[in-house]
Amino acid sequence: MSLSSIFSQFLAIVAALLLAPLLMGWVNQWRAWFGNRSGAGLLQPYRMLHKLFHKESVVAESASPLFRFAPYVIFGCMLLASAIVPTLSTDLPLAPAADAIALVGLFALARIFISLAAMDIGTAFGTLGARREMLIGFLAEPALLTVLFTASLIGQSTSLSTIVETLAHKQFAIHPSLAFAGIAFTFVSFAENARVPVDNPATHLELTMIHEALILEYSGRHLALIEWAAALKLFAYSCIGLALFFPWGIAEAQAPLAMLFALPALVFKLATGGFLLALIETLSAKMRIFRVPEFLATAFLLAVIGMLTHILLGA
Amino acid sequence: MILGGLSIDWALFVIAVWLVLGLLGLAALRRFELVARVLFPLGALAGLVLAFAAVQGLLSTPEVAVLPIGLPQLPFHLRLDPLAAFFLFVIGAAGCGISLFAAGYFRKGEGTPPGLLCFEYHLFLASMALVVLADDAYAFMVAWESMALSSYFLVTTNHKVPEIRAAGFLYLLIAHVGAIAILLCFGVLQANTGDYTFANMRIQQLSPFWASAAFLLAVFGFGAKAGVLPLHVWLPEAHPAAPSPVSALMSGVMLKTAIYGLLRVGFDLLHLQLWWWGVLLLALGLATALFGVVFATVQSDMKRLLAYSSIENIGLLLAAIGLALVFRAYGMTALAALALTACLYHVASHAFFKSLLFLTTGSVLHATGERNLGHLGGLMRFMPWVAWLALIGVFASSGLPPFSGFVSEWLLLQSFLFTPGLPDSFLNMLIPLAAAAVALTAALAGYAMVKFFGVIFLGQPREEKLRQAHDAGMQEKAGMLWLAAWCVALGLLPNLMIRFIDPVTEKLVGQGLAQQAAANGWWLLTPTSIERASYGPLFFLLGVAAACAIAFVLVRLFYHGRLRRAAPWGCGYPWLTPRMQDTAEGYGQPIRQIFEPFFRLERQLPAPADRQPFYQVMVSDRFWHGVYLPIARAVEFLAALVGRLQQGRIATYLLYSFLTLLFMLLMVPGVKK
Repeated sequence: MSLSSIFSQFLAIVAALLLAPLLMGWVNQWRAWFGNRSGAGLLQPYRMLHKLFHKESVVAESASPLFRFAPYVIFGCMLLASAIVPTLSTDLPLAPAADAIALVGLFALARIFISLAAMDIGTAFGTLGARREMLIGFLAEPALLTVLFTASLIGQSTSLSTIVETLAHKQFAIHPSLAFAGIAFTFVSFAENARVPVDNPATHLELTMIHEALILEYSGRHLALIEWAAALKLFAYSCIGLALFFPWGIAEAQAPLAMLFALPALVFKLATGGFLLALIETLSAKMRIFRVPEFLATAFLLAVIGMLTHILLGA
Repeated sequence: MILGGLSIDWALFVIAVWLVLGLLGLAALRRFELVARVLFPLGALAGLVLAFAAVQGLLSTPEVAVLPIGLPQLPFHLRLDPLAAFFLFVIGAAGCGISLFAAGYFRKGEGTPPGLLCFEYHLFLASMALVVLADDAYAFMVAWESMALSSYFLVTTNHKVPEIRAAGFLYLLIAHVGAIAILLCFGVLQANTGDYTFANMRIQQLSPFWASAAFLLAVFGFGAKAGVLPLHVWLPEAHPAAPSPVSALMSGVMLKTAIYGLLRVGFDLLHLQLWWWGVLLLALGLATALFGVVFATVQSDMKRLLAYSSIENIGLLLAAIGLALVFRAYGMTALAALALTACLYHVASHAFFKSLLFLTTGSVLHATGERNLGHLGGLMRFMPWVAWLALIGVFASSGLPPFSGFVSEWLLLQSFLFTPGLPDSFLNMLIPLAAAAVALTAALAGYAMVKFFGVIFLGQPREEKLRQAHDAGMQEKAGMLWLAAWCVALGLLPNLMIRFIDPVTEKLVGQGLAQQAAANGWWLLTPTSIERASYGPLFFLLGVAAACAIAFVLVRLFYHGRLRRAAPWGCGYPWLTPRMQDTAEGYGQPIRQIFEPFFRLERQLPAPADRQPFYQVMVSDRFWHGVYLPIARAVEFLAALVGRLQQGRIATYLLYSFLTLLFMLLMVPGVKK
């Protein structure tokens, strides 16, 4: 473990913590512009976090310690997740601790914690949100794993760093299997990050909310941590997508100086991704909850087709 | 080493101790204090000794013993090899925790007298240990049958309830159908030599046809015990019917003896392995796993939910064995070792977390008297110990890192991902699809477990009496803590555990995993190479914990830690009642809708003009209505035909005897007119 790898790990964590709310603000800004509104500005998520941290936390009388403990765990999970995804460099000392499968496990851990916390108070919304969140989770998880399997089969490894290094060196070879996997991954990311065709991050309408129903009882610093964790999750998912399907510009262990170019490359890719996310969100309508299984089953099917394409055609 | 002396002697000593404890229990039939405070803790201690003996046996060469009991000329042959030792360890270690719990659990005046219960319980433990040690078909079948019988009596402890008697009968029936298949399997394996020792079976060179026959019989026989589709119907009836420590033993430990039998026959007694056996097991295992987990999510009874989850885990174990068989058949020993390690890891992991979860349901049952999820809720505030321990079991069971269930799931998925090396392109294509099915099963398991924990322990109590619920007693806590500690330890230190699995895989497939797995340090699990795949649970835990701690400290440093308690938000509606929470049925509703073809649904819908509308949905098993009931009807029809012979008059019966005698005399060849 060299000094430069520790440095790149540290930089990756700091970049994730700082860029995640910015990405959120960027997407929201574009959503506002597409909706003919002026928007709250790029820095709004930071202002909101600051405000929430200042406020006192109001906790329901019947809440158990699990409820107060959960935001920290969720935040920790998401931070670790964005630390092991190759964002700026593939030379990450923490990466061997969790490969692609463990990364999915990490997301599952956070999801189960937030669902349990939502059920803790015993209000109708919390349990409803928990049930829906778990529903989407169990549909999305196999699709996500299958996408990662396809990438693992191509990269001959389940370690994200190795996959990215392999993919980045295959010069402009077009992988049909990765195209299928990429579409499936996009579907999964929309579902997992509570974006529009599946859930609406801006809604508080009883019958439709999923993610917002889960966190309805949270306030103050707890809510801030959860919001930050949600931003980190979006950031981590975007970075997984970028790393798997557009791996150019990520620095490797042999070339620490490439880090200088990695950061602008990442910001550029994230900006494009965020713009597309906002565009798709604006152009699509939210689905009924029981259309979501079909949506995610499509993702699963596409991921499986991608895997079969790779196995049959070796492509 | 640890204990000194031969491990097999220690194992036999423990079996003897358990039998003596059982007999003492019989002697002190109704002396509750003695049974609970002395005999059960001693049994737990014996279990601990057995676990140590097994670890010692794992690391030494196979030991044999011959017990001169049973029929003349047919002594019991016993052998402690690594495979037996590994399962003995599971029996001993899980049995220790369960016995500790049982010491505090059994109460006065519940069905069977405590002494009898103690006898059956310890006989059950002893026969499980003997099944694993047996080295000839005779000893194996004696132990297997006493295991079935003792557990039958344990299941029917509360025999005054008709449903429990019915569940016990179904269990006994399927156990015996399975036992016949196992007996036939041994019959094929001895290849007409008349020698039923396992040593003889090992040297027989069966033709692929007879080997397949023996293997299929073993799958049927052991599958009936393990609850493999479609022989699973007894499991969700019998496991919940038993008292909780017995459910824990049956689900956590007894099912593993069937896995042991399958491994013993498939890898040790049979000299060859065919690839299609593996594919068969893989398909059967995945179907069982998916079926089990889908049914687990729609249950309303907490113990039935866990029983279905056991079916799911047995399916995963079977799939892992199938994968190992495929690799073995193609001579890919390193991958066979990986799949087999995943299987054995899951055997241990499931033994601990499922026992733990069943024990927590026992504590809940005692504290509240309720098994129905619709009458529970909010117990985390009244039973914090049980709740937090159950949470560990829930995490392990959902396959979440860094707990024990994740390690086996991870190893299993790794072995799936290595398959593109197989020579058969059809299999190459099929096996990653199986990996996707495993992923779906694991994700659904999380759903079922959130339902289990959330509905029992979180939310508001759905009944007023739940507020009086008390936490578990000292012994119960100790037993659950022991099991929970294993769930955590197995999750955090996989390399240590794999070192003990190594002798088994070395014996069965000729290669171990431990050296490679720990090549990059004891904290990092690398089954092939660090570039290919790695998982470091300790780092993982430290990473999450450090992030939590830093966030906690920084928030308090830069901002504040102020907190105010208030009523939960009820949308401005003043009466927030527990009935507004999701019910267990509500939680299962999405699954019912998505997986509708799995279930047999009977709906009763109210008519539009009903004064008192009534809505009911009954979810039941298609196999029960499609397979078992037709068989039962056919049997009843035949029995009715036979019944016609029975007229109830002595003269008629005398006529039957006379006619039979006449017939027999005609058949005897030597009789001259």
